Amino acid sequence: MRQRSTLVRCTEINSFIEVRNLIIDYTRIDEEGHSVLVKRAVNDVSFTIEKGSFVSVVGMNGSGKSTMAKALNGLLLPSEGEVLVDGMSTRNEDDLWNIRSRVGMVFQNPDNQIVSSIVEDDVAFGPENIGVPPEEIRRRVDDALRRVDMYDCKDKGAHMLSGGQKQRIAIAGTVAMRPECIVFDEPTAMLDPSGRRQVMDIIRELNNDGITCILITHFMEEAAQADRVIVMKDGKIYSDSTPDELFADRALIEGAGLEMPPIIDLREKVAALGVDIPESIVTTEQLEAFLRG
Amino acid sequence: MSIKVSDLRYVYNPGMPGETVALDDVSFEICDGQICGIIGHTGSGKSTLLQHLNGLLKPVSGDVYVDGQCITDGSTKLVEVRRKVGLVFQYPEYQLFEETVAKDVAFGPKNLGLKDEELDATVREAIELVGLDYEQVKDASPFELSGGMKRRAAIAGVIAMKPSVLILDEPTAGLDPKAHREILAMIRRIHEEMGCIIIFVSHNMGDIASMCDKVLVINKGKIELEGTPQEVYSEKAKLEEIGLDVPPIREIINKINAATELNSDALTAEEAAEDIKNYIQCRK
Repeated sequence: MRQRSTLVRCTEINSFIEVRNLIIDYTRIDEEGHSVLVKRAVNDVSFTIEKGSFVSVVGMNGSGKSTMAKALNGLLLPSEGEVLVDGMSTRNEDDLWNIRSRVGMVFQNPDNQIVSSIVEDDVAFGPENIGVPPEEIRRRVDDALRRVDMYDCKDKGAHMLSGGQKQRIAIAGTVAMRPECIVFDEPTAMLDPSGRRQVMDIIRELNNDGITCILITHFMEEAAQADRVIVMKDGKIYSDSTPDELFADRALIEGAGLEMPPIIDLREKVAALGVDIPESIVTTEQLEAFLRG
Repeated sequence: MSIKVSDLRYVYNPGMPGETVALDDVSFEICDGQICGIIGHTGSGKSTLLQHLNGLLKPVSGDVYVDGQCITDGSTKLVEVRRKVGLVFQYPEYQLFEETVAKDVAFGPKNLGLKDEELDATVREAIELVGLDYEQVKDASPFELSGGMKRRAAIAGVIAMKPSVLILDEPTAGLDPKAHREILAMIRRIHEEMGCIIIFVSHNMGDIASMCDKVLVINKGKIELEGTPQEVYSEKAKLEEIGLDVPPIREIINKINAATELNSDALTAEEAAEDIKNYIQCRK
C-alpha cells in the first residue's frame, strides 16, 4: 500500500478520517503481570475516508474489519499509529467526546443497542447525554425517526418491534446525534430479507444526504452498492478499489475468502458452459440487453 | 423416521393484556431423510415452533409425533425427546463453556451415561463430522478457534448425541462467505452420513433453495405456504407481502424473463446458467 501514501497527501483537503500506520494489538496479562501479545488484529494499516463517501469494508471473520471500525471513533485506541477524525487524534482524550459525536456507530445485534423501553426515549438517549436542549432534542428525535420511517412507532415499546425495526431505531439513535459519519458494523447480519432491504435503503439515503457511510458487511451485493470497497485480510488492507474493479478480479476475491455477487457468479457459470459472454456484464440490465441481443 | 405436527397451538401470556397467539393450528409432516427449510420474517413464530419440536415448550393444544411417538401427551420422558431431536440455537458458539473442545463436545453424551472408549469414540466422530481436525482441536480451548470453527465445535456437541432429527436455527448467520460455504457443506455431510431429518431455518433464500427438499413458510403463527423450493419460490408476490423474498438468482432471472423469452424457473446459479446456455443455442 506504499503508493497510496502519495495519494493521501493529494486528497488531504477532502479527507474526513485519516488512518496512519494503525496497529491494534489484543494483549492479556500473564501470571507475572507482564503484558503478552495475543493477536495483532490490525497490522500497519493506512487509508483515508473522504467526506460524503460510501465505503464498504469486507473480509473474512477475524480479518480485523470490526477492530479497525471500532478504532475509527476511539472505541478502541491505537497500539501504534494514529486515527485522525477531521484532524483530531483519537489518542487525545479531550477530543474523544467530540470525535464520538461526529462519528457514530451501529452494530450487528439490534437487541444489544436498545437502552430504553420506549422508542422515542431510546432515540433521545444520545442527544440527552451530550446536553442538547429539550426543544432541540424533540426536533432531532422526530427528524431521526422520520428518516428511518419509524415515526409512527415513536410511542411503542421497543420490545414489541421486529429485528429490522429495532435496527432502524438504533440507526435513528445515531442519526439524532447529527454525526457527519456513521460506521455500520454488519447491520444486516441478523435481519430477515425485508429488514435487510430497509436498512440498506436507509444507508443509501443517509449517504445521499451527505453523511459519510462506512459499511462492514459479509454480503457482496451490499458491498457492491458502495463507491469504494476495502478488502481486509490478516489485519492488513488486501485491496482498495471500486466495486467494479474488485469484482472483475476473481483471484483477488478468492484470495480474500470472499465470493462474487450473484450476477457475476451467474455470468461466470454461463461462460464456463462454453457460451461466449462479455466480461463487461456486471448488472442484470446488461445481461438482459445481452440476451435480447 | 418422521416428524409430524398436528393442529399445534401456542399462546404467549394467556389471559394477560399481552396475549399473543404465536402458533395457530400448525400441521405438517417431514418424512425420512428430508431436509426441510423453514422461512418467515422475524416474529413469525419460527423459533416458537422449533422449541415445540424437542419439548422445550408445551403446546396449548395439538400434538408433536417423533417417529410415531407422541411427545406432547406426557407419556414420553423429555430427556429421551431431547436426545432424539437435537436443537442448535442461533449463534451456538455463545454456548460453548468447557476448557477444551473435546470436553465441550463430551458434555452431552457423558450425561447420557457414556464412558471411557465409547465416549472418546463418539466425541472424535462428532468432531470429525463437522469438519474439524480432531487431533488439532481436541485439547484447544474452544475460545481460541475462529468464528466458523467455534460454531462447528458447538454443533458437534449436539451431533454427539446422535439425534434422529437435527434442527439448525440460522446456522450461517454472521459468517463470512467461506465459513458460510463450509457450514453448508458440513450440513450436507451430516445429512448423508447420519441419515437424519434436518430442519434448517434461514433468512438466506439462496441457501434454502439449494439445500432443501421441502420448504415451510410461516407467517403470523400459521403455515402460509408449503411445498418444494420450486413451488414456494414461484409465489413471489405472496413472499414479498410477508417480508420474504425469492433467492437472488431467481430475482435476476425473473427480471430477464420479463424482458426476454427465457422463461426460466431456475433457483440456483447452476440451473440459471444451463437455461441461459440453452436459450442462446436455440436462438442461433
